[in-house]
Amino acid sequence: MRALAHRSRPAAYTAVPAWIVVPAAIGAAFILLPLLAMALRVDWPRFGALVTSESSLAALGLSLRTSAASTVLCILLGVPLALVLARGRFAGQRLLRALVLLPLVLPPVVGGIALLYTFGRQGLLGQVLTVAGIQIAFSTTAVVLAQTFVALPFLVLSLEGTLRTAGTSYEAVAATLGARPSTVLRRVTIPLVLPGLASGAVLAFARSLGEFGATLTFAGSLQGTTRTLPLEIYLQRETDPDAAVALSLVLVAVAVIVVASTYRRPPGETAAPREPAPEGARP
Amino acid sequence: MTFTFEATVAARGFDVSLALAPGQTVAVLGANGAGKSTLLAAIAGLLRPEAGSSQLGGTVLFDAAAGTWVPPHLRGTVLLAQEPRLFPHLSVLDNVAFGPLAAGASRRHARETARHWLAEVEASALAGRRPGELSGGQAQRVAIARALAANPELLLLDEPLSALDVHAAALLRRLLTRVLAGRRAIIVTHSVLDALMLSDAVVVLDGGRVAEAGPTREVLARPRSRFAAGLAGLNLLHGTLGPDGLSTAGGQLVAGRFEGADGVPAGPGAAVFPPSSVSVFLAAPHGSPRNTFAGVVTELEPHGDQIRVRAGDLSAFITPAAAADLALAPGVEVFLVVKAAEVAIFPV
Repeated sequence: MRALAHRSRPAAYTAVPAWIVVPAAIGAAFILLPLLAMALRVDWPRFGALVTSESSLAALGLSLRTSAASTVLCILLGVPLALVLARGRFAGQRLLRALVLLPLVLPPVVGGIALLYTFGRQGLLGQVLTVAGIQIAFSTTAVVLAQTFVALPFLVLSLEGTLRTAGTSYEAVAATLGARPSTVLRRVTIPLVLPGLASGAVLAFARSLGEFGATLTFAGSLQGTTRTLPLEIYLQRETDPDAAVALSLVLVAVAVIVVASTYRRPPGETAAPREPAPEGARP
Repeated sequence: MTFTFEATVAARGFDVSLALAPGQTVAVLGANGAGKSTLLAAIAGLLRPEAGSSQLGGTVLFDAAAGTWVPPHLRGTVLLAQEPRLFPHLSVLDNVAFGPLAAGASRRHARETARHWLAEVEASALAGRRPGELSGGQAQRVAIARALAANPELLLLDEPLSALDVHAAALLRRLLTRVLAGRRAIIVTHSVLDALMLSDAVVVLDGGRVAEAGPTREVLARPRSRFAAGLAGLNLLHGTLGPDGLSTAGGQLVAGRFEGADGVPAGPGAAVFPPSSVSVFLAAPHGSPRNTFAGVVTELEPHGDQIRVRAGDLSAFITPAAAADLALAPGVEVFLVVKAAEVAIFPV
């Protein structure tokens, strides 16, 4: 700890006891060690061939396409939801927030079952859709819906926080300058929360990319149609463990890129823009 | 075409009514929590009063009895706050063009209007900058241009100079004097200088109610409310402006900071300085940047833990110990001394 303290500026006193370092190190190792163990098991000479096999490429391509689609869907549905939760004042608002965040804590399999009873052939909306000739369950559309279901709360949560931090003062200024609410949203609110929206979208994309349980339950596992990368990894583990490990590493790499791009800046700086410090004017 | 306002906000103990003629600027004075910000928020439409009504140039802003309430963007009232609140993602030019664009002007026309108002506040050189690159005074200058570019029927200013240092505030006060001339505006302020230079009339709020209202000079010359009296406790001298300062009717030349427009000062003016900046001597001291006024003590009275020494029209705050050392009493001849830097001189 002492060695760390000498980096750039003199460290302020902290009341953290020295022994905390030991459990903290164990905690960090608990997360990093399994990743290292997996990386050590990669069959590097065959790595290229394993990750570029026909089924791997099909799964990777499908994952990227569906995750992109569900991210777009998350933005279209999540931005209005976050606005209503952050700015609105209505009865049942807290309950709505709690329910919207439910997929964060729900086992994804349960989400898949719920989606099946909504959009499946016998489902709540599915019956109507079937009559209209639309079949959703066990299609690529089902994959996108499953991913959106689990990823939406990430975007809503991130954006709602940014909206609250940004506050309403700029919106009030814009309104008194004559801007109608839609103009305020387009020219002031959205541009101001763009960093929060971007990090929310990245999180939603990452969560979509890793989706497994709800996808398997609601969309099944058809190569090229619904078998995304996590499903492919799970399947390959039975037949070709080396391929599963190689593909896992690809997902880890994607996750690292995503996390790095989101958490590069310390939290708070991504949120509301700060006022320039008042100083003497010399116009 | 007058502006009328009367409203009640029970939760804030607010119950105020006032009226403005076209082209009139009213200064709203009052202690913190007196209801000044509530007043501006209710006029701008950012807060909905439970009772009352308001009209601006024939259009109803709100009428609680009739259930009418016009949203902020349709009111023609622009609010300029203590912080400039420039949109950080837009350039200075696009900040100023925001109002005209929102009103439906084309982008080219809106930017033309923005350039005009930036020139008007002498900030044309800043057009391409981002708000984050401006000093506090520059940002508030741009905020004034943005407010005026929206062409408000009624301009609302909420302590627009209080976040600035003395130098920047003096420059902007001069600017506001120019742009507010002939414009209908309500300015909330703590400063008697702002009230004297910028307003035709004064409304003093106390505890959410109007304690006193009237023409600025009258209210400050003969204050009835405690708050206005505190403000009017300032030393105020009238006279004629000249290049070296203010010449009083008694022939005394008062040196100070000139707060008026650019150019050689001339015509009727006034000098203002607080009693706390005045020192009392028994013999005339020497030193060029100081103003010395000879006088006779007329009155000594306690003022907090200090003593207010009155000598004719002027007064000074000194400690009881200093008063004892000088053996001050009514009838004693004294010299009141104030640094030129503490004196504000402006045209009236």
